[in-house]
Amino acid sequence: MSSHVRTRRRVTLSATAAACVLAVTLAGCSGTTKNDTKGEAKEAASNAKADPNAPLKKGLKLAFLPKQINNPYEKIVDEAGIAAAEEFGGQGKEVGPSDAKASSQVSYINTLIQQRQDAILIAANDPNAVCGPLKQAMKQDIKVVAYDSDTAKDCRQLFINQASSEEIGRSQVQHIAEQLGYKGEIAILSATQNATNQNTWIEFMKDELKDPKYKDMKLVKVAYGDDDDQKSFQETQGLLKAYPKLKGIISPTTVGIAAAARYISDSSYKGKVVINGLGTPNQMRKYVKDGTVEQFSLWDPKKLGYLGSYAAAALASGQITGAEGEKFKAGELGEYTIGKDGEIILGPPTVFDKKNIDGFDF
Amino acid sequence: MTDLPRLRSPAQRDCLRPRARCADRPPAAGAAPAKQPRHRRFTRKDSGVTATIESPPAAPEADGRSARSLMDLVFRARELSIGGALLVLILGTWLANPSFLDDQGIKDLLLNSSILVLLAAGQSVVVITRNIDLSVGSVVGLTAFACGSFVSGTDHSALTTVLLGIGLGVLCGLVSGLLVSFGKVPALVVTLGMLYVIQGIDHAWAHGEQINASNVPDDVLGLGSGSILGIPYLPLISAAVLAGTAYYLRTYRGGRELYAIGSNPEAARLAGIPIRRRVLAAYAFSGAVAGFAGALWLARFGTVVADAANGWELTVVSSVVVGGVAITGGVGTVWGAALGALLLTTMGSALVVLKVDSFWQQAITGVLLLAAITTDRIVNLRTTSALRKRSRR
Repeated sequence: MSSHVRTRRRVTLSATAAACVLAVTLAGCSGTTKNDTKGEAKEAASNAKADPNAPLKKGLKLAFLPKQINNPYEKIVDEAGIAAAEEFGGQGKEVGPSDAKASSQVSYINTLIQQRQDAILIAANDPNAVCGPLKQAMKQDIKVVAYDSDTAKDCRQLFINQASSEEIGRSQVQHIAEQLGYKGEIAILSATQNATNQNTWIEFMKDELKDPKYKDMKLVKVAYGDDDDQKSFQETQGLLKAYPKLKGIISPTTVGIAAAARYISDSSYKGKVVINGLGTPNQMRKYVKDGTVEQFSLWDPKKLGYLGSYAAAALASGQITGAEGEKFKAGELGEYTIGKDGEIILGPPTVFDKKNIDGFDF
Repeated sequence: MTDLPRLRSPAQRDCLRPRARCADRPPAAGAAPAKQPRHRRFTRKDSGVTATIESPPAAPEADGRSARSLMDLVFRARELSIGGALLVLILGTWLANPSFLDDQGIKDLLLNSSILVLLAAGQSVVVITRNIDLSVGSVVGLTAFACGSFVSGTDHSALTTVLLGIGLGVLCGLVSGLLVSFGKVPALVVTLGMLYVIQGIDHAWAHGEQINASNVPDDVLGLGSGSILGIPYLPLISAAVLAGTAYYLRTYRGGRELYAIGSNPEAARLAGIPIRRRVLAAYAFSGAVAGFAGALWLARFGTVVADAANGWELTVVSSVVVGGVAITGGVGTVWGAALGALLLTTMGSALVVLKVDSFWQQAITGVLLLAAITTDRIVNLRTTSALRKRSRR
């Protein structure tokens, strides 16, 4: 969601800084380059041999480097990661820039190298800008784990993916189809037109809709709210006016879904149009309780941080090296297997509704 | 535009008229007086000055009247043309899609523009004095977040929230105003600096937190969604602020002096206008309005992150300029600015309803801006030469 690529006019240099925050970003600013370095060899991983039975070392020093320290989503991830580190007797800390510019993470990485951390966990602002210093870190035997937003593949040992893009895209269509009884017009309210992760999800949504069981459903429009409250309001209003037969809106961005829900909740469309998408429980609680929104989904950012922490510890303790097929145990989350290109997928997104929403606070 | 009965000379009247610009005068009051026509020298002397100066009629009544009606027409042209464009836009969209103007549609149009209209009113007061306030976007963001954290999980009333917003806004406005008026630092730099400072404070304070609608008391949210006789509160509030500001600018001495300052600061100073105090007040007002808008932002959107209204300063300045308030000061009305704001937001809504790619919205805003500035310049040159001809006769 958010992805820091916003198209609005700005004076300030802080555009990027702001972008992620506004987005509240759930889906984490994972505007990534997942496929562009396909097939690159992973030398760092092959240096050592994995010993799956090695115990987790005590006193490991983990450093979380988010896209920017202001981002509410990444704050949740990092805090959960730090808590997990304490669980296995290590210590974690969060450092990072106040803006999400491509180069602003570099100096932090250099500092972390000098501090001799055992592992660096990074949500990259730019897949390539951080590469040099990260390779430097790996040379000095500091483990590098990317989360939320990947770096180029040879600059880290592991990437913790919140959920696969395909699963996110397809599951949202499946959910709204069930709510609508596989009938009616739907629209998508996205963030900006060039947000990589949004567009990837939308492609999978379109692909899912090609399945014959959706023959009575039609995607009429993809609208862009630019992760701005007012714009998302206007786009929602416009969709409902331009397509009077519209039955449902999928908004895979936290700003968009909150704005759409707020608008619908006190308009004449309440109860007539289904809203679904990706949002945080705190933000959507009011609209789920007042019946505007029946359900929405998101992965649990706490689990993302937790898994990241354990993966970094497993690397630093020699349980894994980052090669495909290796397995490790991530505390209470159970066992995970490393996939292709060092990727670990957290799992399917959680669906929140009236019944379970009060069990979550983020 | 009204009569200003106490002023006798047409030129003098024109100078104090909301849209008038005692333009094409040399920037420094004392420069090259000999080259000016007699009448114009007279104008220069007391142009920026207050409405209290009585002066002998310099031209025959008939001449004055026709000059005035010419001015009236020219100056109303902007409001009329924007109003016309707005009407065409609304009617056209309505014809294409009748539901654009159903109950919900009208309500949406009014609600969408309220906050921008409010901010445009505040901004035009500053721009009229030949200054600018770029910090409004971050003031809205800060106050929206501040009000949000203040009411979060409590049952504070909407009134307290709004007062807190206004108070914070005034504070921000006073800082900018002091630096501009007493510190004599260019407004562009000061308010750009304030934009960053306020944004920085806001981000540092929020540190990734957000205000969620479920924690905001219903009384506050009601301000954003409630209505009287079917008309939502927000547009009513904006209209009231707008009317008050317009009345003050047109009728009160302080309001007229703001125009005088923007027309020719040097002349205003020589005429004894308390420039620094007036400019400070203009900034305090703009800040207050921005703070108010921040509280309303919270009421309307419910969910607030640290950078709400990020980048809005430019939208606000655009509406003001499109609405005919000259960026060089001394000219324009808040009504024009409000129409500009209405036009920009309505265009946004109309384009979506017409299924036009929303990317065009920005391009069209840009074209409108350029058109506004170009017409300003042309109208300015034309009226100046027309007036000159008349006063020579």
